[in-house]
Amino acid sequence: MFRFILGRLAVLIPTFIGVSIIAFAFIRVLPGDPVMLMSGERVMAPERYEQLTKMLGYDRPLPVQYFDYLTGVLQGDFGNSIVTRRPVAQEFLTLFPATLELSICAIIFAMLIGLPAGVIAAIKRGSFFDQSIMGVSLVGYSMPIFWWGLLLIILFSGVLGWTPVSGRISLMYFFPPVTGFMLIDSLLSGQAGAFKSAVSHLILPTIVLGTIPLAVIARQTRSAMLEVLGEDYVRTARAKGLSPFRVIGVHALRNAMIPVITTIGLQIGVLMAGAILTETIFSWPGIGKWMVDSVFRRDYPVIQGGLLIIAGIIMLVNLAVDLLYGLINPRIRH
Amino acid sequence: MTDMATVPAPVQEGTRRQMLAEFWYYFSENRGAVMGLWVFVLLVIIAIFAPVLAPHAPNAQFRDAILVPPFWEAGGRAAYPLGTDAVGRDILSRLLHGARYSLFIGLIVTSIALVGGIIIGVIAGYFRGWIDTVIMRLMDIILAFPSLLLALVLVAILGPGLTNAMIAIALVLQPHFVRLTRAAVMSEKNREYVTAARVAGAGNLRLMFRTILPNCMAPLIVQATLSFSTAILDAAALGFLGMGAQPPTPEWGTMLAEAREFILRAWWVVTFPGLAILITVLAINLMGDGLRDALDPKLKRS
Repeated sequence: MFRFILGRLAVLIPTFIGVSIIAFAFIRVLPGDPVMLMSGERVMAPERYEQLTKMLGYDRPLPVQYFDYLTGVLQGDFGNSIVTRRPVAQEFLTLFPATLELSICAIIFAMLIGLPAGVIAAIKRGSFFDQSIMGVSLVGYSMPIFWWGLLLIILFSGVLGWTPVSGRISLMYFFPPVTGFMLIDSLLSGQAGAFKSAVSHLILPTIVLGTIPLAVIARQTRSAMLEVLGEDYVRTARAKGLSPFRVIGVHALRNAMIPVITTIGLQIGVLMAGAILTETIFSWPGIGKWMVDSVFRRDYPVIQGGLLIIAGIIMLVNLAVDLLYGLINPRIRH
Repeated sequence: MTDMATVPAPVQEGTRRQMLAEFWYYFSENRGAVMGLWVFVLLVIIAIFAPVLAPHAPNAQFRDAILVPPFWEAGGRAAYPLGTDAVGRDILSRLLHGARYSLFIGLIVTSIALVGGIIIGVIAGYFRGWIDTVIMRLMDIILAFPSLLLALVLVAILGPGLTNAMIAIALVLQPHFVRLTRAAVMSEKNREYVTAARVAGAGNLRLMFRTILPNCMAPLIVQATLSFSTAILDAAALGFLGMGAQPPTPEWGTMLAEAREFILRAWWVVTFPGLAILITVLAINLMGDGLRDALDPKLKRS
């Protein structure tokens, strides 16, 4: 196991260095002068320009600049936003809980529906139910989620008036963030109705962000389950006279879950890409909207830092999934 | 490239027809795939004949017909079957022309990603060693970013627009082809027919692209279909975010972006462009499922 972890790390570290080089090079391949871009000023005196170049370190050789940048990053310093002047890391930390909360809800939603749907579809293979589940999940997989979000807003907010259109909670409620998770904070605040408001704001974004993972999980669960159901040990379990519930619940499901867990873990990239669109549609104050806004404001340090942090998180989660997979399926370690 | 190296027997006309027949047998067993194929053919016809089929020019503005609902709703007019948008453009005509953009985007992006991915992947899988390590680490780096985010940032660097969006998406999709090609080449490389060709004097280039590559195509074709639909979706998403095709281009994602502010007043300006994206992507994905079944019958029987 130790060797296995070392092997993964040996791949991860060069990849992370590569990612940081891309993020670092990003601002230097942009059209225009990096000093002007970083300072956010349009016209400046030559003396001020010189002073800024020195201050930002652009007068030194590129490798030295990169090394400085990497040293900063490793100490948690990603530079400051041009627009808000606040440290990028600090902005990220304030906004990340919103994205995390939404992503967790979305993946729970996807698992709650996707896992049972996939299992039942596999058991009733070829039935009308199976075909409908597979049909619906292919539609879900093909869904342009930005449109899906708009449709849900038309139906649930426009026609039925059940859910709010945007934000995380009604403006009526105000309380200091404790955990950053609106569901928990609203409960802690003790204000009547705050939790309900937070839930109603969360429902549509959860559905929108969870749709593609839901489709992927349902399809993957079905095919993993089908494979396992054809195995000898399942036939043996049946022949022993175990109840169908026990055969499927204990013998088949456990083994079918191994590839499914990996699939779920790998959805984090899908979730981050989905968060960009979902948060834009619902004005959800998270990382995805932050990145889109920064692209439009040309807030380069934020784009640069955000890109690096997000890629780092995805790489760490993928590593964790890999390790978990090695743990539950010892065959892979060799 | 000597003639001596023509080791694999030239495919007979008969066997090729037989292969096609077998392919069609498996493909047509999947009803969804056949349906997807028909829808796709229809879309191609629409794209080719859009100027003939569309009742109006895609950018013609009718000042007397602003936000007219579809013909079956109260106030709808037969001249604008699916209604008009906020500046009085016929939605049906724009959708028909939009099919051209989507199919064009899918075709170009997939071609760039496929060709680039194959060349890089064959090199990595054939030569192995340090060149393979470098290539695969580079691909890992690209794959470490969420694809849409990387495409968004690339477009921000290159400047918004359809061409740049297509380049960005192709770059982001390419690693999948590299990985698949490399894996296939590695498993084929030590087969006897390759050794035979090498002994017969075939050079590296010939071995790579004439001898090995044709036997690696099945997974690549399936991946190409998937990329085709991903490219359409991502380009629409970039258009929706304002970073892809720019108004007044009748690209479906861009149309949705323009329609956003009217969503609670005029449902049709939002509903139809998205439906067009969904139908197109769904048809291609259905076809992809059928292709996978047909090209890899083993997988299907499991």
